[in-house]
Amino acid sequence: MPETVPNNHRRQFFGAGIRGAFLFVLGAATSLFARYTQKEKMVWQIDPSKCVQCTNCATKCVLQPSAVKCVQAYPMCGYCKLCTGYFEPQPNRLNTAAENQLCPTGAIIRTALEYPYYEYTIEESLCIGCAKCVKGCTLFGNGSFFLQVRHDRCVNCNDCSIALACPGHAFKRVPASQPYLLKNREHQA
Amino acid sequence: MEYVDVAVLLGALSAASYLSLVKRRRSHLLVLSLFSLLYFGFYRKGCICPVGSIQDVVLALGNQGYSVPVTVLAFFFLPLIFTLFFARGFCAAVCPLGAIQDVVVVKPVKVPHWLEQGLSIIPFVYLGLAVLLAATGSAFLICQFDPFVAFFRRSGSAGMLVLGIAFLLVGTFFGRPYCRVFCPYGAILRVLSFFSKWNVTLTPNDCLRCEICDVACPYGAIREPAEAEPSLSTRPARVRLALLILLIPLLIGGLGWLGSRLSVPLSKLHKVVSLAEQVALEDANPATPPTDASKAFRQTGRPVNALLADALRIRQQLVTGGWLFGGFVGLVMGIKLASLFVPKNRTVWEPDEAACLSCGRCFTYCPKELVRAKKVQRKNAIPLKPV
Repeated sequence: MPETVPNNHRRQFFGAGIRGAFLFVLGAATSLFARYTQKEKMVWQIDPSKCVQCTNCATKCVLQPSAVKCVQAYPMCGYCKLCTGYFEPQPNRLNTAAENQLCPTGAIIRTALEYPYYEYTIEESLCIGCAKCVKGCTLFGNGSFFLQVRHDRCVNCNDCSIALACPGHAFKRVPASQPYLLKNREHQA
Repeated sequence: MEYVDVAVLLGALSAASYLSLVKRRRSHLLVLSLFSLLYFGFYRKGCICPVGSIQDVVLALGNQGYSVPVTVLAFFFLPLIFTLFFARGFCAAVCPLGAIQDVVVVKPVKVPHWLEQGLSIIPFVYLGLAVLLAATGSAFLICQFDPFVAFFRRSGSAGMLVLGIAFLLVGTFFGRPYCRVFCPYGAILRVLSFFSKWNVTLTPNDCLRCEICDVACPYGAIREPAEAEPSLSTRPARVRLALLILLIPLLIGGLGWLGSRLSVPLSKLHKVVSLAEQVALEDANPATPPTDASKAFRQTGRPVNALLADALRIRQQLVTGGWLFGGFVGLVMGIKLASLFVPKNRTVWEPDEAACLSCGRCFTYCPKELVRAKKVQRKNAIPLKPV
């Protein structure tokens, strides 16, 4: 069929032209993005100054238990005998009995130091990131308890489901080389 | 670690292209797709994937404060470039979302041609909407409705699991429902694959018109020879095509206007806008119970006017974006409609360049292909020689 030959040539020519145009667009887009890119991976983190202790971190994470856990900033801690992050608002007695504890999983370990100081340590394997202790500590204490996304657990979803639900808009992406937004004494000032 | 992922992606794409175009072996492609399912899916937990990377790339373009890591950029562009030359080997054997649906196909039913064509519009609508919402920083729609990521992580909300199970159940009789009806990355790949340099071919030489390949394809991607297609030899046919082409600008304008109307409901997906609405509502009516978000906002001491201004700016962006989104959908619909009436010049039964997922199920169904494979086998066999 002699007629189909030029037709096929034309089709091939158009095909090659459009392919070339696409390749050019892809190349141009890549080089355009090269300007915006960075070598580093970004990871999710909580800005402690924006956290409102709403308990969403414990429930909204795709992991169970959550990738968010409480951490203790020892330089900020008051080592109080009556720790409002550790005890229920009206504790029966200031001891380690379960009914006095705020933490639903008993993840805070209270150790007596020199009287009247007590050290509070988070047992991270038990912590579920509910922020009950953070709320207590921030309201009446020095605010040394705060939440952080633990990167040994976080699967780094492209669209963090806690970030979606966070009322304080406290979740943000940070460079993987500086993955934690820690509180310290300067932060307090 | 991320660079290893890019290397594996590159390797898998090359292997998929080689297996689907040169080696032509379904079994090898199946093994590769199972590897991808295990590696990108269950081992790397399905994140980052090229489908979701659309949003990161778009967000970086719209938002100066966000920049994409090099690896995400590679995940977005590599499959596109491969598809431009070697068709959709990515869909066949590299994408973990495709692979998990590919292994559950049990008894695919034939979907009527008109329905197949109609459904193929949806991925473009989804793509446009996802791009619009990502560019304005409202939401990552593709990630929120990713049906299989809950399986990959072996953890997820009830909604995600139900969605995933529903897709797999539908997938037993309607092959690859997510790929064919929703996948926004697949929408881009369809276009690129249509203009691809090499596509999957069925028969090595003259087609017998036995139609067995059509039975073999679970994804309805095999097209008939051109005799059954409309031709442009008659005057009414030419007029109809011309009218359809003239319809395209009307569709763009009309749907663009509709898209811009969507700005108010869509803007509610943006956290800043929903917060601003809540705050404004509380200010207007003090009886409104405050939400966690509005309480948190009031604690910051930021002026309400600044928040409202932000919200208005985002809504304005969505008006512009809505015009573009609607226009894009109109363009796609117009081209799709017109393309139904353009003769295809097919002389044999062959896979549709855009819709074929390069899965390779049809290869061994073609009698002519079996003859060719046998010849190759004979040629490569060790010749028997009298000692």
